[in-house]
Amino acid sequence: MSDKTPVLEMRKVDKSFGPIDVLHEISLKVNEGEVLCLLGDNGAGKSTLIKTMSGVHQPTRGEMLMDGKPVSFNRPREAQDMGIATVHQFGGTYPLMSVGRNFFAGNEPTKGVGPFKVFDRQKANRIAVDEVQKMGITRITDGDRLVGGLSGGERQSLAIARAVYFGARVLILDEPTAALGVKQAAHVLRIVNEAKRRGLAVIFITHQVMHAMAVGDHFAVLIRGAIAADFRKGEKTREEIADLMAGGESMADLEANIEGYMETHDGHVPEPAH
Amino acid sequence: MADATNTESKSTGPDTASTSGGGLSLLSLFRRPDAGAAAGFILIFLFFAWFGWDKNFLTPLGSSTWLNFASKVGIIAIPIGFLMIAGELDISIGALIPAGGIVLAMSTETFGLNIWLGVLISFAVAGAIGWMNGMLVTRTNVPSLIVTLATLFVIAGLNAYISKQIAGTTQHSLPDAGVVSEFLMGDYHTLKIGSEDSAFTIFQSLQSSFFIWIAVAVGCFFVLHVSPWGNWIFAMGGDQEAARNAGIPTNRLKIALFMLSAMAAALVGMTEAVLANTASTTTQFGMIFNTIICVVVGGVLLTGGFGTVTGVVFGTLTFGIVFQGINFTAFDKDLNMLFIGALLLVAVLMNDTFRNLATSASTTKKK
Repeated sequence: MSDKTPVLEMRKVDKSFGPIDVLHEISLKVNEGEVLCLLGDNGAGKSTLIKTMSGVHQPTRGEMLMDGKPVSFNRPREAQDMGIATVHQFGGTYPLMSVGRNFFAGNEPTKGVGPFKVFDRQKANRIAVDEVQKMGITRITDGDRLVGGLSGGERQSLAIARAVYFGARVLILDEPTAALGVKQAAHVLRIVNEAKRRGLAVIFITHQVMHAMAVGDHFAVLIRGAIAADFRKGEKTREEIADLMAGGESMADLEANIEGYMETHDGHVPEPAH
Repeated sequence: MADATNTESKSTGPDTASTSGGGLSLLSLFRRPDAGAAAGFILIFLFFAWFGWDKNFLTPLGSSTWLNFASKVGIIAIPIGFLMIAGELDISIGALIPAGGIVLAMSTETFGLNIWLGVLISFAVAGAIGWMNGMLVTRTNVPSLIVTLATLFVIAGLNAYISKQIAGTTQHSLPDAGVVSEFLMGDYHTLKIGSEDSAFTIFQSLQSSFFIWIAVAVGCFFVLHVSPWGNWIFAMGGDQEAARNAGIPTNRLKIALFMLSAMAAALVGMTEAVLANTASTTTQFGMIFNTIICVVVGGVLLTGGFGTVTGVVFGTLTFGIVFQGINFTAFDKDLNMLFIGALLLVAVLMNDTFRNLATSASTTKKK
């Protein structure tokens, strides 16, 4: 594995906003057909890391490499052109637009010439439905249907299918399962596997260890802007990962603490520590 | 945003609910996004046609009163609709209508320029103001309602001040603009078919602005529903952040939309000036509300992301009928505003219903 050139690599990337250091010496790599799970609690710097990878922010120090060559993105569009696609929690879909229009927002297929270019609705709908179905969402058959009527999982899948269609090589999924029910989440995880099977490098951001374990090949735990652990599939158990995410504190200890507190305080839970 | 959550919660509905087999074509007609506005128009039209029959509501001359009125609101309402779909508002048009008129008047009367040069200057001034609106909104992130409220008063002040400084008056007169310019910009048009005795009137006393309205509507329909630009406007109103991430130049697009609405307002001011041969600096506060009412009655979602040009056109026609139509009926004219208020409420409620139908439309076969 290590002899392959990673599709995307970060070497000692720092990001600070003024005097505040948000990311500290982040080194990561992700290969083709591999899922890298980024785990971290709220405020660990996950969003900043995603934004740095997708060109919204520029690293303060350190370098980013694609296929071994250094790259720097000034705008999200530049990252997209290089094949880095980011899918956010609600997939960047527009509820009151049709499936076809959603799929091609910003990259509309046209027919005709000059100023009279026409949005090719039929082509857009056909491709959109095709691509979504290939991802395993067979319930979407009509490209004119408004996305507001789809389930959260389907909307995620639509966004992922769209990124894949537009030639993404690195797929950054920002908490894709956070707002979903169990069944819906399973759906999205299947699609993550499908993307992986197609040879995409997937960066999967989540704080749900179960979801990460289901698809991940490689795991990185982010704590206060630094990588606290970096390991491969099977090297750590679920409990160990959860402990890591909770900031090194053992989950079991924490539970014992709470229970002990409750016993001595008439069943009240302790005040959260700040 | 409330609407998004609303549709989300309904998302489990369609599979079980849309099992109705018959009447599907009628239902799909109702699910068209402009169905609400069209239905409202038909109802209002029939209502006034019935109650205004005796007073010539439907005759060509009678129709021209409300059509002419609607055309002026309509020219501005469509670009305002674009802005609202994109999630913004522009109320500075109230001052841009007189601005368009007086710039044209001063160009031709005070400076003796050719009328078409005056039209260009007027468009340029309006475009610049629209650009400024757009820049202020996109750069400062202050809500466009406040930004354009400020520019409304700034422009209104400048209208009066500059008029007095340059021309010494706030009431300008325009020299006769010549046959062609009058014909295109501001004149009454009548079309009759047949010879004198058996003449059949197709339309009578329609102002040039009516035909300009049709042209604007057709052009805007193309932009919003046929060209790829429309997709960008919808996307911007649906989720601006996502639209920007998708590579849509949201700031430039927004500035362009503000320029469009400003220029549309100036155009209306110019047609009024050429028609009446006078231009005044009086700010048209009423038009601000009129355009917003037309857009909302036309089914555009106030929070952005949804709307149609045909809907806005129907909304404007409905509004024109209600505003002018009362004169053709036996109702007391004082009830006019009450009718408009009721219309607005009913339209908003009806649009909600139709929009929910549209989002829950699942033409997918069950399972």
